This record gives sequence, structure tokens and C-alpha cells, in this order.
Amino acid sequence: MAKRVGMEVAIAAAEAVALCRIDVAAVYPITPNTHIAEHLAEIVADGKLDAEYITVESEHSSISACCGASGAGARAYTATSSQGLMLMHEILPIVSAMRLPVVMGLANRAVSGPLNIWNDHSDIMPQRDSGWISFFAENGQEAVDMSIQSFRIAEDPEVMLPIVLNIDGFQLTHMIEALELPSQKEVDRYLPPFRPLATLHPDKPVSMGAYAFPDIFTEVMKVKDSVLIDSKKTILKAWDEWGKQFGRWYKPVETYKADGAEVLIMTMGSMGETASIAVDELRAKGVPAGLVKLRLWRPFPFEEFREAIKGAKVLIVCDRAVSFGGPGGPVAAEVKSALYNDAGRPAVLNFLIGLGGRDVTVENFKDILEKGVQAINKKPAGGYIFYGVRE
Amino acid sequence: MSIVQNFDLFAHKLVDKRESFCSGHRACQGCGEVLALRHICKALGDDIVVANATGCMEIISSNYPHTAWEVPWIHVAFENAAAVGSGVEAALKVLRRKGRIPDRDVKTVAVAGDGGTVDIGLQALSGAMERGHNMTFFCLDNEAYMNTGIQRSSATPFGAATTTSPAGKVSMGQKTGKKNVPEIMVAHNVPYVATACPSYPLDLMNKVEKAKRVQGPSYIHVFSMCPTGWRSASSETIKLGRLALETGVFPLYEVENGKYRLTVEMPEKLRPVSDYLKLQGRFRHLTPADIEKVQEKVNQELKKLLHKVETSKSWLE
Amino acid sequence: MTTKKKYPEKWTELNPGCMVFEAGSAKAHKTGSWKAQHPVWDNRKCIKCGVCYIYCPEACVSRTEEGYYAADLEYCKGCGICAHECWPGAIEMKEEEV
Repeated sequence: MAKRVGMEVAIAAAEAVALCRIDVAAVYPITPNTHIAEHLAEIVADGKLDAEYITVESEHSSISACCGASGAGARAYTATSSQGLMLMHEILPIVSAMRLPVVMGLANRAVSGPLNIWNDHSDIMPQRDSGWISFFAENGQEAVDMSIQSFRIAEDPEVMLPIVLNIDGFQLTHMIEALELPSQKEVDRYLPPFRPLATLHPDKPVSMGAYAFPDIFTEVMKVKDSVLIDSKKTILKAWDEWGKQFGRWYKPVETYKADGAEVLIMTMGSMGETASIAVDELRAKGVPAGLVKLRLWRPFPFEEFREAIKGAKVLIVCDRAVSFGGPGGPVAAEVKSALYNDAGRPAVLNFLIGLGGRDVTVENFKDILEKGVQAINKKPAGGYIFYGVRE
Repeated sequence: MSIVQNFDLFAHKLVDKRESFCSGHRACQGCGEVLALRHICKALGDDIVVANATGCMEIISSNYPHTAWEVPWIHVAFENAAAVGSGVEAALKVLRRKGRIPDRDVKTVAVAGDGGTVDIGLQALSGAMERGHNMTFFCLDNEAYMNTGIQRSSATPFGAATTTSPAGKVSMGQKTGKKNVPEIMVAHNVPYVATACPSYPLDLMNKVEKAKRVQGPSYIHVFSMCPTGWRSASSETIKLGRLALETGVFPLYEVENGKYRLTVEMPEKLRPVSDYLKLQGRFRHLTPADIEKVQEKVNQELKKLLHKVETSKSWLE
Repeated sequence: MTTKKKYPEKWTELNPGCMVFEAGSAKAHKTGSWKAQHPVWDNRKCIKCGVCYIYCPEACVSRTEEGYYAADLEYCKGCGICAHECWPGAIEMKEEEV
């Protein structure tokens, strides 16, 4: 039976990963992923999990070691943050191209410079096009559940792609929450053993990582794209079965009081809970506000997204990263491009908020939503706003 | 002529016929590096997994949908062969423990060129060796970035002209000496470190077998003659490796648990380095005075090595 | 010299992850077409030592039933190492005829 515990989210995430009976973990310490790294090391050191824990000398090597381990047929896990992910950047598209179902826990943190160890999404956004499935957790329970779901989805024979699970650094990883930790038996029921497509073993020699000439590279890219797009089917199935087994249901795009909302605010990750309180307060005052939370970042859930925002006049996109000298926030850019050809699309406002760990309060969200209300039936202003920047 | 009296001469025919690195690879004519790889594969046998860095050997062996490898092989990127190998080794260990793969020794082998070892791959190599993975790392050293067009690396010898250390009016080519990575490996307390050269295939294969038997990390630095990059005749590849030994440019030795030993005797009176240099276009620009400088450097390096060999002799076995 | 068609025509025919399942499939590349010269053995001089076999970068020299050596010219790139290293002088490099 699942047990109800009060636990730090990073610790719970590590517990969840251990419940997945990983074979190899290769983790390099970086704030704020450290508690995941440390707790996993403890679990292995106590003999509670039979796994090899590789104390790599860098994140570049942690993801590289995961490639080797996954290629050899092991269930491999890594975790990192910020600069660590940037250092891995080179290897990320290779992992997906090689169809190695590595799972990564990412304690999101701002990217230097200046150095800043606090939370935003500037680490994951530059990895957008690396061909990984990318999930965002909103709370500790989701971090636990999605860690387990990630292995099942990544390792599905139709998918065989790496997954990054975004867990906001500090604001989520270091919170102590009440959550439900599934039992080993329950996890075993949900997550079948890893059955790789091929393994590195002399009994059946396989070459992995051959290079491609120009006359085949386009075809390889086409495969990468379609496998990632098609993975949504498996994701939906895995979430459906999770719901049936555990009673907690997951969707690519979550909505909160979005029905009849004229102004929608869109968040990713842990901000969703704060934003929902703002929505409650405004709704109580009769303001037609609602919330949209994007859980699945890649593959982008176009269909579900359109459905979620149907009828809204204004869509406020909260970005926690900056696309410097470009269209504003990367999420807003994505959303605008998704809507460009749709008749009756809402006006899109883009706020850059919560950068480098700056708090975003209920009051801030109320203020932003009210700005959205003012924009109803007005020509969209375009551009983007560094919310709360001191002028 | 008796086979017993001339064992070294006739022993070649006794070497295992099996080729786990097959014909049809696209190495240049007379490539010493691919020959070294062939010898290594012969000595390692079939129970291995190879993690290969980006570089000549990766490119010439693996254009999709073909492979020259008949043993399991993985390539991920340039600087991470040792890290990928670490993951393979960890996986083989845990999967064997859990009964998910057959219960027998399978050796993890990492292969990289000099760039992928001494420059961009040094950090991953250091990490892997320090952690003590059961893995043999081979540096196939052709003394420059040959795959990208002969740019200098920190393994390029003093005085060699490369495309990024060209000889010019105010330059005599590479300004620095060769980084001594075997020594760095010894400093990691790697139990077995050796240098080797495909001109001495039996010595090379003996070392590979020794390295394979080590339950832990081992490192072999293989001198890999490169006619394309060294601008030498393809037929003289083997000769160059021999001259490298006979001039003291590349001595063949092994370091077992810190104890140094020369494995191939060098002539009592070494040949002058000019015998080695003059066969290669990369040294063509050197003046007699420059050659004298090269000779001094070679003498100095050799003296340091021989001193270690000498002091090792007094160690208790 | 026929090579089996193995090249994927459509993107749907690619192996997952571009894995190569057929070990040693590079044998399909007949690198012998590169050469400008080829080795010819004079077995009267051959002492059957196998130096040519051990030093061939192409792994294309093998022992014949009589114990002599011969190169598989489908792969021989004509580097000349075997001729250079054969100390009894049993191997001669001859120009390719066009």
C-alpha cells in the first residue's frame, strides 16, 4: 500500500527513482539537485537499491555514462541543474538520436551569469530542440508520480526516448510536502522491467552511434521528430493507466476554472499553485479569470493546448526565461506560433517573471490578471514585459 | 631456419586469425592507427565492449548503415569515451550481478585518439581512471588532430609542422613538447600503464592481454604512425615506428603498480633522431640547429624514463 | 563483386537509433578500388613468416592452404607495407593497369 508521508520533495523524488529499481545512476552534485543526488547515494549505500552509483567528475560525464549504461541495457538515471544541464547540452541530442531512454531529474535553476543558484527555467529552455520528452511537475506529488511514469514512457518500445522531468529548484525541490509514496509492489505493477531494443553485449554485437552522411541525415531527423510527436500517444496511455491504478490523473495541459474564462494565465511548474489562488480570489470578485498549466513541454501538445484556451480573449503567458533580443519568453513565442493560423485566437500577453528565484506572489498574479482584463477587446500590444523590474 | 631459434620472426603467423575489426574500413593507405586497432582487437578477443571517441577510428569504421566492428561498439561524442565506458562498465557489473546478462567477464574498452585523450578527453579519462572502473583505455596517438586535417594537439612533438602549428619565417612548428599522459596515468595509481607501437605487434598484444587481465583500470598509449598527417610514405609506416624506438623518440615500456620496465630493448647506441625525422614531411623545415634541439629534448625525456626504470629495479618484487 | 542492397531508401526504413545490427557489414565497402599498385608474391622467396599478414592495416593478407600468403585485392589499398616489410624480398608492388 502507498504510504502518506511528509517529505522534502527532492528526497521523495529520489525515493521514487529508487522504487523504479534503476540499475545505474550517474550524478554530479550541483545546487539545487544535491538532495536528489545525496539521497539516492544513501539509498544505494544502505543496500536498499541494488544499483551502481557512478560519482562522475562532471555533468558531461554523467550524461555520457548514462548513454553507455543505457546502451548496455541498464535503466539509467541522472539529475542536474542549470550549469550542469548546459554542460550536458552537447550530449542531449545524441541521447535522443540514439534512442536511449535515460531519465533525468532537473532541479530547475537560473543559468549564469551572473551566477545565481535560484529557480527559473533558463536551464531547460535552451535544450528545447534536443529531442527529449520534457515534463514539468507542479508539486511534490507530481514529482514523485512523474518520476515513475517517466521510466515507463521512456522505455516503451514505441518511444525509446530520454525524458527530462523539470522540478523547480528550491521552490519545489526543497519544500516539505505531504505526499503519497507508492509501495514497491504498486510501482512494480505499473512499471515493467526495462526491455532495451538492443544491448552492448558480445553475444550479439551491435554498433551504436554510427555517423550519417548528408544523404541520410534528413531521414534521421525526420525519424527523431516523428517518434517524439508520436510519443504523446504513449504518454496519454501511461497517464491513463496511472490514473486507473493510483487515482491521480494527468493531462498534457491542465486547466483550472478555465471554463468561461475570458482571461487565462498560463504557467509551468510550481507557479501554478500560487496562480490558482489568484484566480480563486478574482473569480470570487466576479472577474472571468482562469488558469492553464502546461505540463508537457515536448512534444508540444498543440491539440490539448488549443482546446484548453478555447473561448479566451486574452492569454497571459508567464515565462521564466528570456530569449534575449528575440520575441520575449520562449514559451510565449511557442504559443504565438501555435496560434498564428487560428481564427479567433486570443491576444497574447507575455510576462517574464520569477527570474533567478525572485518570488512571485498571489498579489503579483492578481495584478497580472487584471492587466489581462484591461486588455480584453483591445488590440494586442505585442512585445513582452519584465514584470516587476525596478525602473 | 628453425622456428624456435627465430621465434619472434615466425611468431606472427601464430597470432589469432580472427579479425574483429574487419576489412572494408576507410582508413588511409598505410594507416598505423588502424593497424594498432587491429592488433588490439586480436589480443582482446570477443568478450569486450568498445566505447569509441569521435575521431579517425570512429569515422572510418561506422558510416550508417555499416560497421567494421564485429564486437559491440558505442560512439557518443569526442571527449567522453572514458565516461561512456564508465557507464558501460557499471551496467555490465550490475546486470551481471542481477543475473540479467551471462555470468562471465566482459571487458570494457575505451578507444580515443590523442585529441580525445590528451586534450578534450583528459578530464573524462582522469575521472574514469580515478574511480577505478574495470576498463582499459587506449590512446591511439598519431600526434595531431588528423581527422579534422592535421591540427596540433598537446601530443604533437616539438618541431612538427601541423596546419595550426605551421612552420614559417618566425616559427619552427610545434613549440612545446609532448604531454606525457602515461605519466599522468601513473600518477592516478592506475595498476597497469604501458606504451606500445604496432611496429612491435607481439609486444603490443602482450601488453593488451596484460591490461585485459587487470581487474580495474589500465591504460595503453599506442604510437600510431600516420602517413597522411606526418607526410611520410605509406609503405614506411612500420619502419617509422621502429625508428621511433631506435632513436629513443618513443620508448616502449610498461608500468606495473608503479614499477617501470622497458619491454623492447633499445639499441645500446641510439640512432640519431634525424634518421627518424628525415622520413617525414612534417619535420622537413627543421634546420640542423633545430634538429639538435629536438635531439636534446628526446635525450632529456629518455633520461628521465631510464632513471625511473633503473630505480624500479631496486624495488622488492 | 556484388554488394547486397542495404541502404535504407525511406526514413521509415531506418533502424531505431541508427543502430547497426549486422556486425562487420563494412565488408560491403570494396576499398580495393583505391589502390594504384598491388602486391605480388614470389613464393620462391617466401619463408612463410607471416610478417605481411601481421602488418597489413586492411587485414586483407591471409595464409593460403600451402602456407604462403596472399592479399585479398578487393580490400587491399596498395599501401606497400607488406612489400616494404618482407625482408626476403618476396613481395613486389606492381602498378595497377588501367
